[in-house]
Amino acid sequence: MTRQTMIGVDVGGTFTDVFALDEATGQARVAKVPTTRPDQSGGFLNGIGAQVADLSTVASVVHGTTAGTNALLERKGARIGIITTAGFRDVLEMRRRDRPRTWGLRGDFDPVVPRDLRLEVPERVLADGTLHTPVDLDAVRAAGRTLLDQGCAAVAVLFVNAYANPENERAALATLRAIWPNAHVSCSSDILPEIREFERFSTAALNAYLQPEVSGYLARLEAALRERGFGGEFLIVQSNGGVMAVDTACRLPVRTALSGPAAGVIAAAYIAETAGFPDIITGDMGGTSFDVSLIAGGQPALAAQTSIDFGMVVRTPMIEITTIGAGGGSIAWVDKGGLLMIGPESAGSDPGPVAYGRGNTRPTVTDANIVLGRIDPDRPIGGGRLDVAAARVAIDRHVGQPLGLSTEEAAEAIIRVANARMAGAIRLVSIERGHDPARFAFMPFGGGGALHAGAMLAEVGLARAIVPRYPGVTSAMGCVIADMRQDFVQTVNEMTDSADTGGLGALIQDHVDQGMRMLEAAGVTFAGRAVEVALDMAYLGQTHTVAVPLPVTVQEGRVTPPERAQIATAFDAAYTATYGRLLPGGVTRILNLRTAVIGQRPKFDLASLAPQGEGTTTPRATRRVHLGAWVEAAIYDRLSLPVGAAIPGPAVLEQPDTTILIEPGLIGRVDAYGNLILTRAEAA
Amino acid sequence: MTIDPITLAVLAGRMEQIADEMDATLFRSAFNPIIAEAHDASHGLYHAETGETLVQGKSGLPIFVGVMAFAVKAVIDKAAADGDLAEGDIYIFNDAHIGGTHLSDMRLVRPYFHQGRVFCHLASVGHWHDMGGAVPGNYNPQATEVFQEAFVLPPVKLMRGGVLQQDVVDIILRNTRLPASAQGDLNGQLNALDLGVKRLDALLAEYGAETVRAALEALSDRAERLIRAEVAALPDGRWQAEDFLDNDGISDAPLPVRVALQIKGDRLSLDFTGTAPATAGPVNISRGTAEAAVYVAIKHIFPGLPANAGVMRPLAITIPERSLLSAEFPAPTGGYTETILRMIDVIFAGFAQAAPDRVVANAYGTINALSLAGHRGDGRRWVMFSFYGGGHGGSAEGDGLNHGNAPISTATIPPVEILEAAYPVRFTQWALRPDSAGAGMHRGGLGAVYEIELLEESAQAFLFGERGCFAPKGAAGGGKAALNRFGFQNGGDWHAPPLVSKMVGIGLKRGERVRLETPGGGGYGLPENRAPALVARDVVMGYLTAEAADRDYGIAWREGQQ
Repeated sequence: MTRQTMIGVDVGGTFTDVFALDEATGQARVAKVPTTRPDQSGGFLNGIGAQVADLSTVASVVHGTTAGTNALLERKGARIGIITTAGFRDVLEMRRRDRPRTWGLRGDFDPVVPRDLRLEVPERVLADGTLHTPVDLDAVRAAGRTLLDQGCAAVAVLFVNAYANPENERAALATLRAIWPNAHVSCSSDILPEIREFERFSTAALNAYLQPEVSGYLARLEAALRERGFGGEFLIVQSNGGVMAVDTACRLPVRTALSGPAAGVIAAAYIAETAGFPDIITGDMGGTSFDVSLIAGGQPALAAQTSIDFGMVVRTPMIEITTIGAGGGSIAWVDKGGLLMIGPESAGSDPGPVAYGRGNTRPTVTDANIVLGRIDPDRPIGGGRLDVAAARVAIDRHVGQPLGLSTEEAAEAIIRVANARMAGAIRLVSIERGHDPARFAFMPFGGGGALHAGAMLAEVGLARAIVPRYPGVTSAMGCVIADMRQDFVQTVNEMTDSADTGGLGALIQDHVDQGMRMLEAAGVTFAGRAVEVALDMAYLGQTHTVAVPLPVTVQEGRVTPPERAQIATAFDAAYTATYGRLLPGGVTRILNLRTAVIGQRPKFDLASLAPQGEGTTTPRATRRVHLGAWVEAAIYDRLSLPVGAAIPGPAVLEQPDTTILIEPGLIGRVDAYGNLILTRAEAA
Repeated sequence: MTIDPITLAVLAGRMEQIADEMDATLFRSAFNPIIAEAHDASHGLYHAETGETLVQGKSGLPIFVGVMAFAVKAVIDKAAADGDLAEGDIYIFNDAHIGGTHLSDMRLVRPYFHQGRVFCHLASVGHWHDMGGAVPGNYNPQATEVFQEAFVLPPVKLMRGGVLQQDVVDIILRNTRLPASAQGDLNGQLNALDLGVKRLDALLAEYGAETVRAALEALSDRAERLIRAEVAALPDGRWQAEDFLDNDGISDAPLPVRVALQIKGDRLSLDFTGTAPATAGPVNISRGTAEAAVYVAIKHIFPGLPANAGVMRPLAITIPERSLLSAEFPAPTGGYTETILRMIDVIFAGFAQAAPDRVVANAYGTINALSLAGHRGDGRRWVMFSFYGGGHGGSAEGDGLNHGNAPISTATIPPVEILEAAYPVRFTQWALRPDSAGAGMHRGGLGAVYEIELLEESAQAFLFGERGCFAPKGAAGGGKAALNRFGFQNGGDWHAPPLVSKMVGIGLKRGERVRLETPGGGGYGLPENRAPALVARDVVMGYLTAEAADRDYGIAWREGQQ
């Protein structure tokens, strides 16, 4: 039996999506099954079972998971302890002396490790790496025993300045391993050898907090897969959009914090680039939020860190996702000053919009779309029937009457303000970062975004929108597409004009060696390998750094060390691109080295997803849709449209997982891959 | 011109985004950590004729929201007097008596022209690392005139018709201990203003100047309606509150700050009569700063209010002449933060009587500007300057936040590792301070302990702090927090400053330490109403010693221990 099927599984809050690709035939199939809670492995296995009868034919299963994210958000990680430098047990709790909200001074913070499980030991390293006080290993052993007695399932060693010299941390780690009954023992310099103790400690502590939970979940999944005859590779999507082997995921679960959404962005990048548009902005409209990411030249923008919640900082490279509180369930209201507001309060998916009839009486963005006829009340996503009358009443009462608008005007106003907020998020990731939006295409995915795609063209000046053929399973598809990627960081802290480039070369070599070993160990076939090196640099005195991409030659695994002049030139280019003004005669500093080792996985042909045969371009029906005024719009079955079909607005395209609105003046064309390309009619 | 509510809602977001983006540009490109890390800066759009705040960035320092209007007005007056305003001009100044706050804050004001007329002003303010004067970092508690605090720059043109006046730049850079840092921050502020102009150009091209102007007016009106509605919902009445500053850094005498708060229908008046006269030492503030402090307090009590001048319209503020709150040139103002924090504390204490569920108990109430400075072995000068944190007050909802930032600020603190990598120091402690929070049904947040050891041959330390004699107060029956405490080593012995939390030129030798222990926040509600299990938990966690628990809460918690 040859193993020829690749399976991507994305477990979301409501649905588990499965994308199965037969590599031999190029045929892809998709399935949606309900997510099971609290143990997601039930839905996971059901979803795969719905696609493949015999798991021995499966070459790889790639998983985008929210297990880690949920454990962090719901504070359901393990009871853990930390052992830290004398004088510093409160770093996790003191944070960077911030507060949850600028105004109001309310709210407090409980770190995931309570104070009585944060133990101190004598040890100290100075900023230049000098060993000031060797670690007291008897104290470490005693602290470890105390934490075990207290029922801790994992322990992290967090020492000040360990990024500059990990010796004390490593010694403590070895001592703890000898007494700790499981593998959940870690130290901060292994997880993030980067300067800034709060960010490093927080990342390492949250990692330890997730280890027992996530590794247990993944082990259960893997065992169940093996039991059913699965003999291929089991891979996990990381927040950086790459995949990692399951044992790496068990050791570094904090890297899965944005696993699910990252896979979606990876798929979006691939779909768009294949369609000829390497510059896109993705928009995932959910029940409570709108998540935006920018992809330039086929590369998703990466962020260095994120806050999962107040005080819960995770610093690992991750796909940059900007979130605003304007989703389908966001509530529209008029404030005491007479201004129409959308959110931040949301009815989410439960109780959801007023029209769902589950008890919410305040109008949402989705209610406005329903009242305006843009969503078919008889065929909504997820089934059932919608209560249009109730949605009208809610819009009248909460928006129409206070503003003196008719029901339709009020609903249009809600959509316009929601669109403006979504456009603001798109501007934030494009214009604010120096990208010209006219160069970018907008790609909505998830269920709700395609209703607002045309508005984004008008509001932000984007050239076009691309609606993928299966926008509802984008994340599952991304699992199958994602490359294997390992990120490394090391704080260097040297002046550029006196940098030890040989030492820097040796550090890059070490990262490359480790990364390549991890690629080998995963047992995956790669189409190619790549190494990306960047330096975090700044002028002396600045604390914020610029990421400076550094071209580095790697031949047969050997790294050629970079030269100082090359580094200086690369800095000037990166700094100018970011800020415009160079500082004449400014002295520059290299703070961190970042290396990514990438194993490129073979890509499948998206044309296999394209519609086959003649299909039909005849509207299924017509419906009254409000677009400034009531108009009779043609309703199409989107999946029946053949390649090359061109549908002018006003029209509504429907399919099981989304609804697409084509406004007057816009035209939608089905491309060779089954994507719908939405442009202004005169530009087409 | 009236504006439809939908366009208004759209434009409100667009304009706020412009100010936000100017903030972000400066935070990323500034050189000194007080801006880059602590976000001690702000940007906004201001009225063409009055200078009133139209739109302010969300991430800028709260106190600047109100105070920048005075800075812009100073430039408007200067331009009118000189009569030579031209497109492409940018003014720069740090004079605190006409622009508010203190001399460390460098303000750039750029009149924004549309079709040959000033449409509005764009402004940028940032806290520079050093502006000369007697003390590195400019927090000089012994100053009796501004001249001992820093170099004073009145509003002058930094750019004329788009041309940088290098003379002005040269004068500024010659008057700072850290010229590279100053040059970097200046560049960052210019970048932020350039960006504001670009974005505003695009906005006016898209919507037209009349629509945008109408939107700005409508947003101010809306802010006024919002605060009137909030105030009208509170009971009518008159309440008084007072608190004290420890001293002015010169003489050891407490300084009262008093407020009488009156609510009548939708109008609110705040009368600060009875507050101490202007002082010899640098805890004075200008009238503009005082009004801005009122704004900060009001916005904390009603967090939903927008950041524009409409909020101030229904407020009647009375500030006595020649008082601590209306000092005149050249009275020193370097420690303005301490005085505005005390103003906010008394306003909170007044509201705590009027509407106890709307306020939090007092936060730690001092900025604790601590600097260590000296020269390295190779002669290079170093200045480590930072503000330190403390606890927030308890509220009706829950306990106060441990180790927060000051209510006038959103500043974060630099990491120990960044400080140790940049300066010859070693932190020997960076911890929460047990027993520092005020007791209450909802206790205050904890203050902190910072202990720093010198790794060079010698250095000097400077401290400008408060709350060493008068502790942060509780609300609704909650208890006081602990006092601020500072000590330094000299020849092996520990000493405390004679003026408690203010001192200059403390000599330190290698291996000697300074130790700062900051107040927590006041408690909220009667301590006997705190659940014994929560008291017991605080003892187990070491937030509270058993002795303090017995004293503040009685011994009931001991039964809950098992």
